[in-house]
Amino acid sequence: MNTPTNLKYTKSDEYFDPATGAVGISDYAQNQLSDIVFVELLVDEGEEVTVGKAIASVESVKASSEIYAPAAGKVSAVNKGLSDKPETLNSDPYGEGWMIKIEGGAGDVMDSVAYEKYCEGRSH
Amino acid sequence: MNNAASATLSAKIVEPTIFELSSPGRRGVKMPASDVPTTALPPNHLLRSDLPLPELAEVDVVRHYMKLSKFNYSVDDGFYPLGSCTMKYNPKINEDTCRLPGFLFTHPLQPIETVQGNLALMFEMQEWLKEISGFEGVTLQPAAGAHGEFTGVLMMAAYHKSRGDLKRTKMLIPDAAHGTNPASVGMLGFTVITIPSDSRGNVDLEKLKAACDDTVVGMMLTNPNTLGMFDENIEKVVNMVKDCGGLMYGDGANLNALLGIVRPGDLGFDVMHFNLHKTFSVPHGGGGPGSGPVGVSQRLVDFLPSPLVGIVEEGDDETAPLYDFVTPKNSIGRMKAFHGHFGGGLVRAYTYIAMHGPDGLKDISQYAVLNANYLQARLRDTYKIPYDRICMHEFVMEGQFEGSDIRALDIAKRLMDYNFHPPTNYFPLIVHEALMIEPTETENKDTLDRFADALIKIAEEAKSQPELLHDAPHITPFGRMDEVKAARELVLCCWLPENYDASQ
Amino acid sequence: MTYIPISPTERDAMLKTVGVKSLDDLFDAIPKKHRFPELNLPPALTEMEAAAHLGEMASSNENVREHLVSFLGAGAYHHYVPSVVDHMLRRGEFYTAYTPYQPEISQGTLQAIFEYQSLMATLTGMELSNASHYDGATATAEAVNLAYAQFRGKRKKIVMSPTVHPQYREVIRTYSQGMGLEEAGDEPTSSELSPEALTPLIDESTMLVVVQYPDFFGRIHDYTKLIEDAHARGALVCIVANPTALLMLKTPGEMGADIVVGEAQPFGIPLWYGGPYLGFFTTKKSYVHKMAGRLIGETVDSRGQRAYVLTLTAREQHIKRERATSNICTNQGLLALAAAVYMSTLGKQGLQEVANLCYQKAHYAASELSKLDGFGLCYPDPFFHEFVLCTPKPASEVNQYLLDNGIIGGYDLGKDYPALQNHLLVAVTEMNSKNEIDTLVEILQEMSHE
Repeated sequence: MNTPTNLKYTKSDEYFDPATGAVGISDYAQNQLSDIVFVELLVDEGEEVTVGKAIASVESVKASSEIYAPAAGKVSAVNKGLSDKPETLNSDPYGEGWMIKIEGGAGDVMDSVAYEKYCEGRSH
Repeated sequence: MNNAASATLSAKIVEPTIFELSSPGRRGVKMPASDVPTTALPPNHLLRSDLPLPELAEVDVVRHYMKLSKFNYSVDDGFYPLGSCTMKYNPKINEDTCRLPGFLFTHPLQPIETVQGNLALMFEMQEWLKEISGFEGVTLQPAAGAHGEFTGVLMMAAYHKSRGDLKRTKMLIPDAAHGTNPASVGMLGFTVITIPSDSRGNVDLEKLKAACDDTVVGMMLTNPNTLGMFDENIEKVVNMVKDCGGLMYGDGANLNALLGIVRPGDLGFDVMHFNLHKTFSVPHGGGGPGSGPVGVSQRLVDFLPSPLVGIVEEGDDETAPLYDFVTPKNSIGRMKAFHGHFGGGLVRAYTYIAMHGPDGLKDISQYAVLNANYLQARLRDTYKIPYDRICMHEFVMEGQFEGSDIRALDIAKRLMDYNFHPPTNYFPLIVHEALMIEPTETENKDTLDRFADALIKIAEEAKSQPELLHDAPHITPFGRMDEVKAARELVLCCWLPENYDASQ
Repeated sequence: MTYIPISPTERDAMLKTVGVKSLDDLFDAIPKKHRFPELNLPPALTEMEAAAHLGEMASSNENVREHLVSFLGAGAYHHYVPSVVDHMLRRGEFYTAYTPYQPEISQGTLQAIFEYQSLMATLTGMELSNASHYDGATATAEAVNLAYAQFRGKRKKIVMSPTVHPQYREVIRTYSQGMGLEEAGDEPTSSELSPEALTPLIDESTMLVVVQYPDFFGRIHDYTKLIEDAHARGALVCIVANPTALLMLKTPGEMGADIVVGEAQPFGIPLWYGGPYLGFFTTKKSYVHKMAGRLIGETVDSRGQRAYVLTLTAREQHIKRERATSNICTNQGLLALAAAVYMSTLGKQGLQEVANLCYQKAHYAASELSKLDGFGLCYPDPFFHEFVLCTPKPASEVNQYLLDNGIIGGYDLGKDYPALQNHLLVAVTEMNSKNEIDTLVEILQEMSHE
């Protein structure tokens, strides 16, 4: 499991990069979902979001999941190309697989150590 | 869009598509020449430029579909213990009655005096389903179980609305429920509150109590539930929901356990859909058509969808009554065009009920429950059964073993090598690696024994030769599928080959 | 014990294995006071008795093959069904199988439905088709669901032509009760209007425009301009189409439609007093993830063979639950097979012959009927196999007169459009001979002389 130390994580498996504002799903989450075949971003650039607002919808071969905003603030960018290559979420969740960028402060998030522990606790 | 073939260019073609089988100028069934003077066609700009459809001879068509049919496993082939689906034997007589010319060739908008036979059948069917379920009203209109469920939820919403009780927006749904339950609720914009099951597979009464308040629309309960368990506290559950002003919805998917055993209406349910394609032997058709009539208690009868069949002139010894369509006072409206799945659904189910009578119906449920319990008893020592008590018409066991990487999916696929259709797997979600087994009443002891023996053998194979399971099935005409490729490349249609010369 | 293959001895052995004494002992969990109710139902019939009883019920109807001559359409059409169709449907391998969840042993159903999808997409001129819906009306309602999901509830207005089938419009109203939709256009008084009259109703809040082709009155409109106007305002357009007409007419795909739905009953499915029928649903690739219903896709198996699977299933209710576009599970599998076999058996030329016969006979009927005193075509627009006849008396009276002479005249439009009391919707298919049409004309002539 890859959990970069510079990022913050939520219990619903989103990550937030405090430096760039980038939001996406964690490596753990992409692995759980397995092969992702569809992603739809539910917010537009310039929109204000609150913590917990659904910002994207993701579907894999076997599962479907909503992605929630880990931070509150203005959406400064959306990754428009993502819907054409949803598999990027599997191959590069922290790089090309970013979903949106939020200018603002994180909500209830964990650091990488706490998140790794949290994930281990879930795999029985 | 002409890249259809590219996705699987190198794949071996077992049976070409009808588009690939097409040959320019080949003829199938011919229509007679026109017997009227010719009229010019509409102007060119209103006509289609071409019609690139297949051209085949009748024999080509027959051989193609015959070949395809042989790739299918069906109830007529063998045991099909698909939990929650009630894959019972479909009596052949139903296929004849539903094709009687009087049913086949009547138009849904014909004057009612010319279709009194159809209306009488529908009226009796409404009455019979009421009697079987203990409800006060029945609509035959819904096309399938999920459609009936949506109908039921619409009526529940309309009931509260008619009383000005607008704050009710929460639907209580147990964690073991079918996905259609929350999806039906989602279509109305209500919120789903999930109620967990307790250790005996019943609704957790404490959690239910905590969720009951004056914002509850009602509860959607499958009983017996998807674990195959009849809720031991059913009366308490119903009372709790009713005490907070909610309505009780029964998912009739599992009615095959209850015919002549208990009537959901007597237990206090307000609404329930029937699955005529499960309980009453309408064949599943490879995924439809189904038929999903809905029964309701007195407080919902005025909300039933329109139209229903009623008697508008009473008959006597000499004359039959006159039937017509009637619209309930506060009807939620129409759920589909015309009057439900009459021919393929109602006529078959009517034939089936008529041939069973009250005692025959009770036999169905008693033997469905016996068969499930027999299999459960035979498999108990080999597979973990997380909710282990007398089950109803189905039970759920875990398809995994300590210290083994074999999963339910592997067991399911391996069963195909023993010539059985696998049970439902990965449902209900509350059991790990679930295998949900519903034998139905139309299987004999020998079949059940062979099936149990196969599962016991597979459990041994899981230890001794796990790769046999991982790579299964072996003897079927097709192996496991690349589902990722299907979803990523998304080839959903084929067309005539690019070099097809349609001008001939 | 009608279909239960267990002997009393076997039953007792099984009870012993289970560890209970009698069948009744299996039901202890059920509240005692409600256990084992006496059902007041007629006693069981044997197969022979049931066959006779059902035969009697069926023959107490007057059907349109043996007793009545029919010119009734209005959403359900009497067409010839080649013998092959029912022979294939009667194969137990098809009709007694379940939904193809196990693709290794369901390739028959899967490939047949994949071919059905291909046939429907070709017919409508669209990019893809799903595995079908319950009927034309519910397929149209699913188009509304698609549009609602596509705009994520941000657009809530539908513009619906009043000449969409009245029952389809009713179903849309029932389905959308929880969505808080605004509807425009659906006024019976504006039924005379051209499609362009809908354009001013389309605005930035419109999610979907719904029109019918040919419309409920049988008229052929080219919707290209309307679709351009709708697209200019960001709205989607759904065309409800008759499949037989599409064999001849410009495709909705060519007009630019986003969704094309309809009732495929005319393709090999009997009238059956209204069902089960077959709702087809075709659309563009860009909407596939918002489309409800099952979908078959091509792939390969572990042995390198081309094969088919249910695909994009994460859209559906069993995974997406309350966030799914629709709660639908089943398609109309067996009837999609019927439509595919029908289209294959007639083939391109046979299908063109069906369409041409419908067109020719309907136009002959229209031309002969409009020669009668007091009768005439109500609309000047081109039509396919259905047209509105203006009658000198209320259509209901005309129909009664015809029925007394063994003819079902058509659909009385006054039932749905109060201003159109003297409007009879007449359908003519290849099943109507010249002789039948001439008889219809003669009887109406008699009527007008009475």
